Amino acid sequence: MSHDTLPRPTTTDKRPERPRPDGRRRRRHWTRRANPLAGLGSIVWLVIVLVPIYAMLSASLTGPDKALTGNPLKPPTDPTLDNYNTVLNSGFWHLLSNTVIVAVTVVGIVLGLCVPLAYVAVRTRTRWSGAAFRLFLLGVAIPAQAVVVPLYLLIAKLDLYDSLLAVILPTAAFAMPVSVLVLTGTLRDISEDLYEAMALDGASPVRMLFQLTIPLAKGGISTVVIYAALQAWNGFLFPLIFTQSDEPRVLTLGLFNFVSQYGVNIPALLASVVLSGVPIFAVYLVARRALIGGLMGVGGK
Amino acid sequence: MSSTVTSGGEKVQRGKVRAGRPSAVWALPAVLFFTFFAVVPMALAFYLSFTKWDGLGDPKPVGLANWQKLLDDPRLTQSLGITVLLTVASWVFQTVVALLLGVWAAGPQRNRAVLSAIFFVPFLLSSTAISILFYALLDPNFGIIQKDTLGSTSGAFLAIVFVGGWQFIPFHTLIYQGGARQIPEVLYQAAAIDGAGRYRQFFSITLPQLRHTITTSTVLLVVGSLTYFETVLILTKGGPGTDTAILPYLMYEAGFKTYDFGYASAIASTLVLAATGLSLILIRLTGFGGMRSTREGM
Repeated sequence: MSHDTLPRPTTTDKRPERPRPDGRRRRRHWTRRANPLAGLGSIVWLVIVLVPIYAMLSASLTGPDKALTGNPLKPPTDPTLDNYNTVLNSGFWHLLSNTVIVAVTVVGIVLGLCVPLAYVAVRTRTRWSGAAFRLFLLGVAIPAQAVVVPLYLLIAKLDLYDSLLAVILPTAAFAMPVSVLVLTGTLRDISEDLYEAMALDGASPVRMLFQLTIPLAKGGISTVVIYAALQAWNGFLFPLIFTQSDEPRVLTLGLFNFVSQYGVNIPALLASVVLSGVPIFAVYLVARRALIGGLMGVGGK
Repeated sequence: MSSTVTSGGEKVQRGKVRAGRPSAVWALPAVLFFTFFAVVPMALAFYLSFTKWDGLGDPKPVGLANWQKLLDDPRLTQSLGITVLLTVASWVFQTVVALLLGVWAAGPQRNRAVLSAIFFVPFLLSSTAISILFYALLDPNFGIIQKDTLGSTSGAFLAIVFVGGWQFIPFHTLIYQGGARQIPEVLYQAAAIDGAGRYRQFFSITLPQLRHTITTSTVLLVVGSLTYFETVLILTKGGPGTDTAILPYLMYEAGFKTYDFGYASAIASTLVLAATGLSLILIRLTGFGGMRSTREGM
C-alpha cells in the first residue's frame, strides 16, 4: 500500500512477515469465522451494483427498432453495435480529448500550487502560513454551485467565456481545499528528524522539498492526483454554464446534450454512457491498486 | 537551546533552523489563485444579491428587493426542507451501507478483495452518466420498473437518494475499509479473551475506533450532497412540481433559466451562509483545524 513508505506507528505484529506477492499485509483477523449475515449483505450489494450495469450493457446492444419495447433485463435477441457507431460518429473523440486536457491541466495546477502551500503550512508555524491553511479549511465547505453566478461575471470580464480555460481554472480552484487537507495530513507524518538531518547537511528548503518531502509524500500526492482528476472528469456545472459552442465541450456536457438529441433513442443514450465510462475503466484496470490505496488513505487515519 | 549559549551563538542556531524552513511566500500562488476563483466570487455573490442583473450589461443596485422576494418565496422554505431531508436521508443510507461493507471488506479473504474491486465500479462513472443511466432504467415504458417512479414525489425523492448512494457508497466503503484496517488487532484479541462476541466487538471496538473515519466521511458526504444538482437536473428537473428542487437547482433556474441573476445570487448567498456555518461546526467538532498529526490517538 502506498502508505508503507511513511514512518508509521509500531503495529501490533510482533514478528516480521514476508510481504505477500500481491503486496498486501497479511494479518490475522477477528472475523476469521464465517459471518453469514455479512456475507449475505455483500451479495445483496453486489446485485444492486451489477444489475444496472448489466441492464445498461444489454440495452446498449439493442437495435433502435426495438428501442421502445424492450425490457432492459432481457438479453438482446440480435445484438448490434449500431448504437456505438452512432455515438462515436457524433464527435465522441473531440469530447474525450477536451476532457483529458481539462483533467491533466487541473491536476497540474492543483499539484503545482498545493504542494508548496502544504509544505509551508507544515514546515513553518508562522501566523501567515496558519492563516493560509485555515483559508483552505473554510474552503472545503464552499459549494461550487453557490459561486457560479459571480464566477460567470468574472469569466466574462476576463474574456474567457466559452473556452476550456473557463472550465479549467474554477475546477482547479475548487479541487484545492480537499487537496490541501490531504497533503498537509501526509506531510505532517514526515519526521522532523529527517528535516533536521538534511538541514545539518546544509540543504536548502527547495532541495528538501524535492529530495525528502515529495518522495515521502507519494501516497498523499497520488490521492490528490486521483481526486483532482475525478473532479475534472465529473465536472458538469462549470462546463454547462461557462461554455456554449462545440469547440470547448467536455464529455459530461456532451452526454447531457445526447439526452435531448437521442431522448427517445434510449439504447443510443446508454451506449454513450458506456463509452464515457470506458476510458476511466481502462485506467482503473491498470492502476487499480494505486487508485484504491490512494483513496483509502483519505479516511484511514 | 541551552541557556549558556551567548546571544551571538543563539543567532547562529536560529539562523540554522530558519535556513531549513521555506518562506511563507511559497504559499502565495495557491492563496492568490484560490482567493480569486473562490473567495472573491463568494463576496461578489453577496454584492450581486443587492443588484438587478440579467447577465448582460452591468448590475444595477436595487437594495434589499431580492432578499425581500426570497423571504416571500414559498419555494425557499420548501427547497431548504428538501435539501436538509435529502442530506439526512443520504447520510443514513450511505453511512450504514458503507460502514458495514467497509468493515466486512477489511477482512483478509481473497473473495473480499475481488468483490471490493467490483463494488468500486459505479464510482468510475460521472454523476451525469449515472443520472442518465437511471433516467433510462426508470423510464416508465422502457425501464426495469414499469411504473412512473419519477412522476411521484416520494418516488422521485427516493430515486435521488438511491442514485446518489449507488454512486458514492463505493467511495465511502473504501474510506471505512482503510479505517477498519488500522484498528489494532490486540483490541479484538483482548475482547475475545474476555468473551465478547462478534456483535459486542463491533459496537464496543469497531464503531468507537472508527469515529474519526465517520467524521471524515460525514464531512465529505454533507458537502458532496450538494453535488446532487446534476442528478436532480437530469432525473427530475426539480419535479414533480418543485418537490425535488434543492437549493442549487432553485438557484440555477433563477439565474440561467429566467436570467434573474440578482435573485439567483440571493439564493447562492443563503447556500454559502448555510455551508460556512456547517463547516465551522464540523471543523470545531472534528478538530480538523489543529495542526497535529492525524495519526495521533491511534
